[in-house]
Amino acid sequence: MVSITVLFEIFIASLLPFNIALASILGMCPLIAISTNVTNAKGMGLAVVLVTTLTAAINWPIYEFLKWSGTDTLDLLVFMITIAASVQFLELAMQKFLPSLYTAFGIYLPLITVNCIVLAVSLFFVNYDYGFLETVVFALGSSLGWAFAIVLLSGIREKLSVIADLPRGLKGKAIAFVLLGILALAFIGFSGIARVDPIQ
Amino acid sequence: MKKFLIRLNYQKWYNVLRDGIARNNPIVVTVLGICSSLAVANMVENAIAMGIGVTLVTMLSSAFIALIRNLIPSQVRMVTYMVVISTFTIVFEMFLKALTPDIAERLGAYVGLIITNCIVMGRAEAFAVKNPVRYSTIDAFASGMGYTFVLIMMSLIRELLSNGSILNFQFLGENWINWTIFAIAPGGFFIISLFIWGLRVWLKYYEE
Repeated sequence: MVSITVLFEIFIASLLPFNIALASILGMCPLIAISTNVTNAKGMGLAVVLVTTLTAAINWPIYEFLKWSGTDTLDLLVFMITIAASVQFLELAMQKFLPSLYTAFGIYLPLITVNCIVLAVSLFFVNYDYGFLETVVFALGSSLGWAFAIVLLSGIREKLSVIADLPRGLKGKAIAFVLLGILALAFIGFSGIARVDPIQ
Repeated sequence: MKKFLIRLNYQKWYNVLRDGIARNNPIVVTVLGICSSLAVANMVENAIAMGIGVTLVTMLSSAFIALIRNLIPSQVRMVTYMVVISTFTIVFEMFLKALTPDIAERLGAYVGLIITNCIVMGRAEAFAVKNPVRYSTIDAFASGMGYTFVLIMMSLIRELLSNGSILNFQFLGENWINWTIFAIAPGGFFIISLFIWGLRVWLKYYEE
């Protein structure tokens, strides 16, 4: 049994100093594409938190089964199928039971299948030998960290598009990377906050 | 020679190749597929391994999808791509582990993330389902090369500044003070934004 302190430390570490978007540079395609306004960024962030935590929780027992049966070289293939299937299932369930939430999520849900961080979280827990609770907390922390990053970035981009006078070549996606670089620099300031290093 | 170059412009394979490397360069123009690679592209060795991986996986899966394109029902095509791409990624991962264990160790989970690299999926969806095997392979090769080129250029700058070396060969003398910031995330972001800026001005591709 893992203690509460360890879980809390994993959560804080994956949320701030080892933020999956700003330290591991993952999930960039949607981060750049959808961060043009805050409302969309919030929707995408929420959907990512939901799907990442859910699929990590499903993938953990499946990986244990793969290890038990000695077929863990196939982990990538199985994880991918799990993710695609659970996204599809979530979409159907939402359409039936929570139609208002379904319309709010719109196109973001199917897009998540190809979001790097969903698969990355599943691959990382394999690498670090996490138990079930640690996996869930790590997934929650990482995806919340990603949501945090996309909301921050979209806020800055929204303001910047109104007031800034940028060179032509920097407009759009190029300036988003400069902003991400500055945000990442700021997040290095958190690096003393956690004792454990979830990403060794 | 000049005649040959002009005639080249009317060849389909040449156009496909040129579009992938320059005009539709996946990193610079469409800004796709940097997710899995920016973090490990801080050393030239890693960038070469990752570039080869992405190019090979894209070529093989595009060729395979083009081969079976008439058999895939359009409702389940995404899942089909996923299965094909993951299979080739697993094969590449095994090759890397067997040939260069220490690079495989350094890349870690990032090799597996080639699956979610948007370039592989994007080429399958945008080109391979509609075109014959020959052109799909060339197109995938061109996209992969455009990607590898940018990745290697970036890692050259990053390794030189953060370590003073290129391919583990010390270039800047003993007194060089390492700019550690270029080995981690912020350096990667700044270098890629400068790259996109420079190449966009050169290619005259702007977004308003």
